[in-house]
Amino acid sequence: MTTKIVSLAHLVKKFGKQTVLQDVNLDVATGQIVGLIGPSGAGKSTVIKTTLGMEVADGGSATVFGETMPNRKLLSRIGYMAQTDALYDALTGRENLQFYGRMKGLSQSDLTSEIDHVATVVDLTADLDKRTSGYSGGMNRRLSLAIALLGQPELLILDEPTVGIDPALRRSIWAELGRIRDEGRAILITTHVMDEAELVDEVALLLGGKVMAFDAPAALKAEYQVDTIEEVFLKAEGEL
Amino acid sequence: MRAWSIAKRIMTEMLRDKRTLALMFVAPIIIITMLNVVFSSNATTNVNIGAVSVSQTMRDDLGDIKHVSISQYRSKTAAKKALKDDKIDSIIQKTDDGYSVTYANTDASKTTAVKMALKTAMTTSTMTTMKDKLKTASTALAKIQSQLPAAARQKMASQSTGSNQSVSAPQISNHYVYGDSDTGFFDKILPILLGFFVFFFVFLISGMALLKERTSGTLDRLLATPVKRSDIVFGYMISYGILAVFQTLVIISATIWLLGIDIVGNVFNLIVINLLLALVALAFGILVSTFARSEFQMVQFIPLIVVPQVFFSGIIPLDTMANWVKAISYIIPIKYSGDASTAIIMRGTTLTGLGLDIGILLIFLVVLTGLNIVGLRRYRKV
Repeated sequence: MTTKIVSLAHLVKKFGKQTVLQDVNLDVATGQIVGLIGPSGAGKSTVIKTTLGMEVADGGSATVFGETMPNRKLLSRIGYMAQTDALYDALTGRENLQFYGRMKGLSQSDLTSEIDHVATVVDLTADLDKRTSGYSGGMNRRLSLAIALLGQPELLILDEPTVGIDPALRRSIWAELGRIRDEGRAILITTHVMDEAELVDEVALLLGGKVMAFDAPAALKAEYQVDTIEEVFLKAEGEL
Repeated sequence: MRAWSIAKRIMTEMLRDKRTLALMFVAPIIIITMLNVVFSSNATTNVNIGAVSVSQTMRDDLGDIKHVSISQYRSKTAAKKALKDDKIDSIIQKTDDGYSVTYANTDASKTTAVKMALKTAMTTSTMTTMKDKLKTASTALAKIQSQLPAAARQKMASQSTGSNQSVSAPQISNHYVYGDSDTGFFDKILPILLGFFVFFFVFLISGMALLKERTSGTLDRLLATPVKRSDIVFGYMISYGILAVFQTLVIISATIWLLGIDIVGNVFNLIVINLLLALVALAFGILVSTFARSEFQMVQFIPLIVVPQVFFSGIIPLDTMANWVKAISYIIPIKYSGDASTAIIMRGTTLTGLGLDIGILLIFLVVLTGLNIVGLRRYRKV
């Protein structure tokens, strides 16, 4: 049985006179990875910010776990990874994880085992006690992902998680995301990498503030009569 | 206890930033020591006076005055040349009916010093003349007395003994409630400076820190956790409060041990006042940082927010200013902490006696902190 974790219906968001989101409809259910693709400036980050409750919708509704966002308490059940790495570079990797873990409300005893687990997932165990100022771009990205994974949140919202991560690790991260999905947790992910869009369960194509298409990758390819999601993307953009 | 975790994180970051730490603790000591040297040596003004056809006695009288040296010139032209060459600060020339004085007037305090010296010298010479005249008079009187009958002479002698004793000049003995005869301008500004350092550093560093959280995205990410907006503000208050207490302790120790400044009141009370001021500065810093897009823009707020604090803090006496200018000082937090610190350092006032200053600082703190907690709504709508 699947339940809707995220439900965005007819979402409208304006910044001043500029309408960024016109009509966004998007559902994420348990045990599902939903990919959000679209050109830069299409409003992907705004969708995510509204889902998190950082911004309030000007029209339509945004509900998470059946409750209308913004709702501060629900944030403890969401793991969020932003486009920027958002790390404290004077602190070590472990200290960053500890700090964000406490902010999420994890208890001290859970925290230690959780940190060990997420560090293994992103392959940072050996570098955990180095300051992040000495980390490479890829390491920063991995630590940022590890922070999102802390506390086994029921919903993961990942904004461009695999930028700057090398292919082998990208594969292992996707394997972990698959495992999370199989546990019955939900993932909303934005990406620029089109072959990643093939790996998700459903793709939402965001163009000009609207979700132009929302279906399984295979169904979309059939609908647009093309072989890859990339071509779907280009074709949809051309039709606009 | 999320606020405490945030405070702990900020302190860890601060302790690892050695440069900023050094700036906060070493720079105030260096500046205070320098100011002490500068203002102490400035307390006395030495002047050189060129004299043209001034009598020997007058020159001696002038030369006897402290910090005044006198040199004689044959002509006004020679004196003027010396004045132009910056060898002397003024020329005193004897004219038929008095003195004609020319001042270089490049330093107002020197001009005043010369005027004072001339006045003193003239009083002295008048007194000398009067004394001489009195002497002549009393000699004449004695002559007349000796010619009087014996009985009248005795009567007069008994009457005059009293008046003879009172001629000697009265002795002045000085007593100082605070400090000693060396207490000067530096002692007056020290309590205000103490507050200024705390205000300046906490304002700047906390503002920069929150700005960095915003630009690096950590603030967004922090707000994507169930943390309360007030937890963030309180976390900053705890960490920067602790920092301000240490900074105050370091500066006070330096002023006591290094500069030998006399602190009449309780050091603990001073720390309380500075802690309060630091929290106000923090609230200011955080508030202002929301209006800045970059570190550079944050620095631009220094002339706008920090510099007026100096002008209206009481370093420059406010009593003589126009009323509307005085009114500005009432919205300057450093004025209140400066008043309170001055009272503690110089008069040993206790905290209960500073209710007004503390109350107003608390009002600043509550209002600004409230604004900050509400202001964070910009980044998360709940």
